[in-house]
Amino acid sequence: MIPTFPAIAWPALLPILMVSGLGLLLLGAGLYTDDEETLGWGALAGLIVAGIVTLVLVGGESVRTFNGTFALDGYALFFDWLFIAAGALIVLMSMGYLGETDIEVGEYYALLMFALVGMMVMAAATDLIVIFLGLEIMSISVYILVGSWRTQPRANEAALKYFLLGAFSTGFLLYGIALIWGATGSFRLDEIAARLPLADESTLLLAGIAMLIIAFGFKVAAVPFHMWTPDVYEGAPTTVTALMAVAVKSAAFAAFIRIFLWGLAPVHADWWVVLWVLAAATMTMGNLLALAQRSVKRMLAYSSVAHAGYVLVAVTSGSADGGAAALFYLLVYMFMTVGAFGVVAAIGRAGEPLENIEDYAGLATRSPLLGATMAIFMLSLMGMPPLAGFAGKFYVFSVAVQQDFIVLAVVGVLNSVVSAAYYIRLLVAMYMTPEPAEAPALGRRPYLIASIVIAAGFTVLIGVLPALGLQVARLSFLSMQ
Amino acid sequence: MSRERATNELWVPTGVGAVLDQYIGVLFTFVIGAVVVGVMVSASALLGGRRRTSVKDEVFECGNPSSGPARGRFSVQFYLVAILFIVFDVEVVFLYPWAIVFRELGVPGLVAMGMFLTILTIGLLYEWKRGTLVWE
Repeated sequence: MIPTFPAIAWPALLPILMVSGLGLLLLGAGLYTDDEETLGWGALAGLIVAGIVTLVLVGGESVRTFNGTFALDGYALFFDWLFIAAGALIVLMSMGYLGETDIEVGEYYALLMFALVGMMVMAAATDLIVIFLGLEIMSISVYILVGSWRTQPRANEAALKYFLLGAFSTGFLLYGIALIWGATGSFRLDEIAARLPLADESTLLLAGIAMLIIAFGFKVAAVPFHMWTPDVYEGAPTTVTALMAVAVKSAAFAAFIRIFLWGLAPVHADWWVVLWVLAAATMTMGNLLALAQRSVKRMLAYSSVAHAGYVLVAVTSGSADGGAAALFYLLVYMFMTVGAFGVVAAIGRAGEPLENIEDYAGLATRSPLLGATMAIFMLSLMGMPPLAGFAGKFYVFSVAVQQDFIVLAVVGVLNSVVSAAYYIRLLVAMYMTPEPAEAPALGRRPYLIASIVIAAGFTVLIGVLPALGLQVARLSFLSMQ
Repeated sequence: MSRERATNELWVPTGVGAVLDQYIGVLFTFVIGAVVVGVMVSASALLGGRRRTSVKDEVFECGNPSSGPARGRFSVQFYLVAILFIVFDVEVVFLYPWAIVFRELGVPGLVAMGMFLTILTIGLLYEWKRGTLVWE
């Protein structure tokens, strides 16, 4: 046999290639300069170009490449854009944040880009092994990013915890992949979907599905696999926490939704009960535990657990509408959560972090802009119309009701009520509590403020015009092939 | 349990029992291995004599006189050198197969390997510039 070079659809790979190249460039540039702003502007410019290229590609037709293990369809491009937007906002945040830490600037930006590449691979992969590869590229970069502030003991603790539990969950993922291969004889999702109705190897298949649910449950921080979340989110540098809360979670959901709502869609009857219980437990535990937190960073960590539960509600319903609602929710959740962590970064101080709820007392008078934007993010996370969070929850719960998951929808709505308690407590601290006499001055951080304002702008915009976003999410989901 | 298998079809197992059937030989190997090892070890423990001397109680270090505890500390630079080794190791693993089919793959293969080598070289340059190769 004469070996030939396989045909590869290079143009469709452009976003991934560009971000990879950007990461390498930043790694090299980091040797010559430690200036967070120079490198940050470079990263930002590269991401903006990659984002524009992604938007241009949206018009094209879906391409499958690498022997059908990689699909560059609207679904992948939707998540590519989401990751690039989240990455750009986090770069902007970092430009005002890294200077106060001991983080190696070049390595930080390079690892951030490599993490984004891993996420984009996960969103585009249509083969279990390639999904695993993307997950590893992303996870290894993020393990290092969590511990990148090397002189901070709690960052070291967080990195070790995240690494150990992450590696453990990776083991579950691989085992699940192996069992599903055993049951169906293929790694490719389209072949798995085609063979599933015929495969009567139900024990192997169910065990494999259970392993996959455990592995992705770890990555999206679903109860009972959420134990690492508060410690790791609290210990990591705040910009990295924002990355984990939005991008890593969205990437895990991207692969999760593609596997379950496409590859394993023919056996929806076998797995929806597990996800039902997981969704209900995740929403309830996340919100109840968030109530008890004094640290705002920990509170937001538990809130992100709860929001994973809302997305799981949409996945549980298992229809195209459910997929569209989940994608839309992830988009909305990205903007409001990045913004909320941006405010945490803006108030915190290096070495002596100010992240307890008392430190937010009177914030609205100290900085009306930070107070107002944080209020927008909190109200949106709570699900208050006309902000984006309301539209997201509305679509998720209405899909659940349409698909006859009425009890789950009721649990979700009740949880939103519970969540209001801790979101409003922060509002009360900011607006109705007098500012402490010896409050430390807020530094001037133009980049951080810019990223917060952009996130707040999108939170309001999507809330006012939700139909457009939902339409994009629906078309993206339906383009999956 | 007999089973017909079409030669041109991908084999898909048809039941847990069918899968386990194939491993019966492995199971027997395990059992026989465990019995043989168990008999040998317990027989030598029961029947063999014991004479302890100071030389026998020493830690075995390939016949050499032992030199200090096993959990000594060593420089973290060994770790960096090991990473450097992996860079070259992976490079060679891919270079040899490429060399064999170099002509058939043609220009696309050259470009692809060029990208691969560029990425590895950036890694090497990064380590070099960071002073990993300077032994302190």
